[in-house]
Amino acid sequence: MMQEATSPEHTATSPPKPSEALRLQPRLEMRAISKRFPGVLANDQVNLQVMPGEVHALLGENGAGKTTLMNILYGLYAPDDGEMLVSGQHAHFKSPRDAMNAGIGLVAQHFTLARRHSVVENIALGLPSTPLFFPTRKLRGQIRELAAHYELDVDPDANIWQLSAGEQQRVEILKALVRGADLLILDEPTSVLTPQEADKLFKVVRQMQLEHKSIIFISHKLDEVMDIADTITVLRKGAVVGHKAKTDTNPSELANLMMGRTVHEAHVAPKDARELEQAEVVLELDNVSVMGNRNVLALKDISFKLHKGEILGVAGVAGNGQSELTQVLTGLVHARSGKVLLEGVPVQQQSARDLFEAGIAHIPEDRNHTGVVPDFAVEENLILRQYRYSPFSQGQWLKHTEVDTFAKASIDDYDVSTPSQRTPTRLLSGGNVQKLILARELSGQPKVIVAAHPTYGLDVSAAQLTHERLLDQRERSAGILLVSEDLDELFHLCDRIAVLFAGRLMDIVSAASANRESLGLLMAGRTQGIKQPNGVAA
Amino acid sequence: MSQVEATSRWRIEKRDNVSGWLVVGTLLLAVSAALVVTGLIFWAYGTPPLTAYRMILSALFADFRSFSEVLRRMIPLLLCGVGLVLAFRAKFWNIGAEGQLLAGAVAASGVALFVPLPAPLLIPVMFLAGGLAGALWGLLPALLKVKLGVNEIITTLMMNYIAFYIVQWLINGPWKGESMRGFAYTDRFERVARLPTVVGTRFHYPTLILGVLLAILVTVLLARSKLGFEIRMMGASPEAARYSGVNFLRTTLVLVCIAGGAAGLAGVGEVAGIHGRLVGPYDVALGYGYTAIIVALLARGNPLATIISALFLGFVFAAGDIIKVTLRLPFQITDVISGLILFFLICSEPLITYRLRYQKQAEASSHETLVTSPPTAMPSTTTPTSTQPVRSEHGTG
Repeated sequence: MMQEATSPEHTATSPPKPSEALRLQPRLEMRAISKRFPGVLANDQVNLQVMPGEVHALLGENGAGKTTLMNILYGLYAPDDGEMLVSGQHAHFKSPRDAMNAGIGLVAQHFTLARRHSVVENIALGLPSTPLFFPTRKLRGQIRELAAHYELDVDPDANIWQLSAGEQQRVEILKALVRGADLLILDEPTSVLTPQEADKLFKVVRQMQLEHKSIIFISHKLDEVMDIADTITVLRKGAVVGHKAKTDTNPSELANLMMGRTVHEAHVAPKDARELEQAEVVLELDNVSVMGNRNVLALKDISFKLHKGEILGVAGVAGNGQSELTQVLTGLVHARSGKVLLEGVPVQQQSARDLFEAGIAHIPEDRNHTGVVPDFAVEENLILRQYRYSPFSQGQWLKHTEVDTFAKASIDDYDVSTPSQRTPTRLLSGGNVQKLILARELSGQPKVIVAAHPTYGLDVSAAQLTHERLLDQRERSAGILLVSEDLDELFHLCDRIAVLFAGRLMDIVSAASANRESLGLLMAGRTQGIKQPNGVAA
Repeated sequence: MSQVEATSRWRIEKRDNVSGWLVVGTLLLAVSAALVVTGLIFWAYGTPPLTAYRMILSALFADFRSFSEVLRRMIPLLLCGVGLVLAFRAKFWNIGAEGQLLAGAVAASGVALFVPLPAPLLIPVMFLAGGLAGALWGLLPALLKVKLGVNEIITTLMMNYIAFYIVQWLINGPWKGESMRGFAYTDRFERVARLPTVVGTRFHYPTLILGVLLAILVTVLLARSKLGFEIRMMGASPEAARYSGVNFLRTTLVLVCIAGGAAGLAGVGEVAGIHGRLVGPYDVALGYGYTAIIVALLARGNPLATIISALFLGFVFAAGDIIKVTLRLPFQITDVISGLILFFLICSEPLITYRLRYQKQAEASSHETLVTSPPTAMPSTTTPTSTQPVRSEHGTG
């Protein structure tokens, strides 16, 4: 079998004591698992096999069905079809408890910890052996022991709210280990980690691997996967499209598998500094600071200029100030200090409505709850922002004939596939919801477009349409701020790329001269060795 | 073993589309269930349920005079209910219709008793004052909610008690009627400050017309106006409403003014149409403001449907008199009926949102099911309660 070949060092050093027969039995086999949600085939005949001591990466874009598959494995969903074997035995998990009892642990992307309770209390919670009184007494030593063994250093008596994301993740891993997990699912574990924390996590993973624990590692970061995994299964649109041993593959092959067909889009030459210098400045930020949720500055003294006909990318690991930047530019939060100038006019005190009227369109991050009202008809969502202006209303009343005409035209123009314009928007797929939002936001010839993760989780054709429409707007001389975690998208579309780290603007680099490595360093907060263009604060 | 159950099973899934018939059917089911359980109560009192219901129906449908009792009970329920539908569409949980109704009654009484006005103006001004007072009663909770995030369920509820005791104080203190020989009432209103009724009944039809007009107006408002669009947006997705630039403060204040105002109008109808003076707070409001919550929930966000649901709960109220007089049972049974309707309404909600589907699984698995036992085949695995996962059979420790 393929798995054997991929972990030769383990078979080589394996002591004879546990019988080879047992070692050859897969810890997990998922056979032809299918799961359908209304309108989506989330998993399509997925096969997955994980051996003891194997790190198995599950790779795929957002919406490829990774999380659904893991939720099935963890007993959160029942599969519509297919079967699961855990260590050779048929498994029908009715709840996560069944999965835990079968030795499966999940470290979810969003932690499930009680923030006001201590580490040891969180681990004791729901543990069958926890006594009614003094629930944490026996556990403390066990946690210390485990933590020392795996170098998962965390103070058992610290409260969760005091811990960093990385420490909380360690608590989640400890939780699974205390429950005797020997198959650990890590769902995009590095998305919340600093590079150092990620390195520590990888050490932990390797230690578990040495002890024949199996790890399913979910990610869409290729470098990581090549670093840690033995075997890689690639999912696309719910189906397995590739199953590779690490030694037999390379990042570009994996990327191609993930993305499907290579996307042929009209390549756009990024504008160079001189061209941009000649273009008018449409939006300027001058020392803008924004307070975040936890009463710390989420954006610190941000200054940059956006030109007409420019796409300025914003790169950064999630949570480094990107959402606050889009919010302050669209009036959803107000700057604590500094100025936002739209064509030279200060607008930092204006509301979302004012800024939309002033010509700032917003393609929001959470398209399904912020970008549209799920229960509204398609046509109502198409005028979600324009309803109060002519021609859609007159005085206090909406004009349905105008709405109707506009809706028909938009649906045609943007190729929104919907049974009718009266269909509730929640029944549309993500791609069609995004097309609807684009149709609405781009209809008024905006001066500035703030697009947050506009292709996140979209299929290729919808992503392509989104890109084309943004490039059309660039052609039309709109200034576009494109926040994305997808570096390829940024390289493909942007003229310049700004990097945010811990609320600071690290640098703005020309897309033509930037490369993944230099951006990666900036995103990790490192500026050494990178020359600083004048005028940009680091 | 137990794998047989796993091969074919009932599954609960969310419905994609909900048809109107399903909703109506479910509502009727909930109401019927409430009536069946109430029937058991009649039966426990020694009255056969069917006999009891037959007596109630024949008494209420005996002539127009009897039926007018249903209609007059329906009036405050309709006015309050329409207002609550509007508030609930914005997810503003107004529990304060009772207090808003009382505020309207107080304001109308004040006008009737103390403001010298020409006769043709008196009634319109009373309605205006009552509507404004009801609106005002809703404003404070609305402000507290939007500005400070205070839960409106609690504040609107507390405002009811304030209104209740203000009425108590007025009729026992400054407004106590001189001609009432020590009873806690105000003086009677002048003839011109009384609403016309259908002769021989207490059915003050102008207020009913007002209620029906309001139901139509709110329907059009929700479907066709910018304000209605904003109210629906705020209720269905606050994030989207914020993104769209809806002014939460303004919209909430306006909708609460309409909802509170409608309840205030109901209060005017009660004092000017039924009592002809301001009486004790319980006698004015009778719990209409609370029952209107059921009216609004039965109408499921549709203002026109409140006409039907208010009529139905008007029946329940009017039945209370029959239960007391004819059946000689405690009239509080009507509260039991309303309570049971609310109970079954809430219980039936999942029937509308979800459905049960029988699913067959193609192949029956003949293997042992693994549900609760940890895999025993793995030597490295210990029971979940063990402290041993550190140990490795691999010899790395």
